[in-house]
Amino acid sequence: MKRVYVNEKWCLGCRLCEYNCAYANSGESDMIKALRKKTVRPNIVVEEDGDINFAVSCRHCRDPICVKSCISGALSIEDGAVRVDHDKCVGCLTCVLVCPYGCIREGEQGAVQKCELCLNNSFGEPACVKGCPNRAIVFEER
Amino acid sequence: MKKYVIIGNGAAAVGAIEGIRSADKSGEITVISRENRSVYARPLISYYLEGKTDLGRILYRPSDFYEKNSVTVLYGEEAVSVDPSGKTVSLGSGKKLGYDALCAATGSTPFVPPTEGLKSVKNVHTFMTLDDAESLKSSLTPDSKVLIVGAGLIGLKCAEGILNLCREITVCDLAPRVLSSILDQDCAAIMQARLEKMGIKFLLGDTVAKFEENTAHMKSGCDVDFDALVTAVGVRANISLIKDIGGECGRGIAVNEKMQTSLSGIYAAGDCTESFDITSETRKVMAIMPLAYMQGHCAGANMAGGDEKIENAFPMNSIGFAGLHCMTAGSYVGECLEERFEGGIKRLYVKDNLLKGFILIGKNDRAGIYTALIRNRTPLDSVDFELLKKSPALAPFGRAYRSEKLGGVV
Repeated sequence: MKRVYVNEKWCLGCRLCEYNCAYANSGESDMIKALRKKTVRPNIVVEEDGDINFAVSCRHCRDPICVKSCISGALSIEDGAVRVDHDKCVGCLTCVLVCPYGCIREGEQGAVQKCELCLNNSFGEPACVKGCPNRAIVFEER
Repeated sequence: MKKYVIIGNGAAAVGAIEGIRSADKSGEITVISRENRSVYARPLISYYLEGKTDLGRILYRPSDFYEKNSVTVLYGEEAVSVDPSGKTVSLGSGKKLGYDALCAATGSTPFVPPTEGLKSVKNVHTFMTLDDAESLKSSLTPDSKVLIVGAGLIGLKCAEGILNLCREITVCDLAPRVLSSILDQDCAAIMQARLEKMGIKFLLGDTVAKFEENTAHMKSGCDVDFDALVTAVGVRANISLIKDIGGECGRGIAVNEKMQTSLSGIYAAGDCTESFDITSETRKVMAIMPLAYMQGHCAGANMAGGDEKIENAFPMNSIGFAGLHCMTAGSYVGECLEERFEGGIKRLYVKDNLLKGFILIGKNDRAGIYTALIRNRTPLDSVDFELLKKSPALAPFGRAYRSEKLGGVV
């Protein structure tokens, strides 16, 4: 299965992936409209370690502890990808409490939010990868 | 073909079903379900009362779950005894089921403390099942006054659930603070303030001395009049089926890391068990849903001849009221590193170069990174803990860890 991978040597720390992610998941067709005057809440986050930057998003683990821990049954694995059923999720945040990579966050509408590889939005493929100017994030089989 | 019997139909039973099917696609699985319902998310019954979920969405697994896994569910049935030598389970209806491997996923039962005059009270409820929630809901009117005995997770979630269904809620607890099983006085005070702001009244460090119909005479001397009473002082693990046949039990059914009881061919999982907590290094009942599922899965896989173990369990909780979340994990032992900020608190407990526990109120972003430190027993001198204790992130784990976790399949 294709996943999002990071090559921290090539990451510029430009944070374009964060903006592209927030835009792709906003439901808006215009990037300005989607992001202007809003706090960006992306599902991919750029971290810093001295001179090094790297982006972190859901690893879509083979045996995801978030899915096993979900108390509502809202998290499930679909063709290898960890998906959230936003109608079922009540925002208890148990998944936030267990994800070892810190890749699930409280959403704005009551449910949690996480990377779903842009399979659930109009982009259809990871917007973070598509917009990365230095190909530091890739979407591939490993 | 192997015969599997699972007593219970909650999260642990689902885990057991999925665990069995991970190793055996064709064995015969029978689930004994006291409730006449498909498996639903028990902790969501308060959200159901709030209208944040409904009878469809509250289902823990899709409606075709049993069919897809070829499971026979005996609804409205209760296991009354187990014969470990004949390998049968007797049901309330008189039926007998044979098994090759059995899993007790019997859960727990609310404990109702014997109080003088309790029998004279009209409208008494517990808050464990959807039926309990339905019955409580139908007994309330917008004018109702409700007394909840117990300021723990169940009592407080119940209070939140019925907040808009009644006029007044009073919660009393013998402990001097709310959420006493997971919070100390300082942290509990933050949560209590939020609950009071929601309109909930508290009588803490106080208990009902005597009921006289629907008046509670409190030990402190005050009286509370109410229309409905909810008892939520705690639960007791349902151990009798296993205890009666000589299975080792403490407060829960004793299980090892493979979820085997002391009896051959009999496994147990979920709230009815007690198992090893790596943070306190003691055996205890850890009645939390994620663990129930994982124990069930472990039991199921092993029942079907697999080899799963759980060797990293510890208690943890995520609970929120009106947007204020509180996350706790592990044991509060060793050195306490505290940070206070507007509207919240963060406490990390460090002992023997390990993170043993934490309390996070108000800020919970990426909390799972801390939880993983506990779970993996990561030596704190192997990471940049000075950085990590400020905020959870992956940078403090160093490049090798990152390239493994972010550059490969995990």
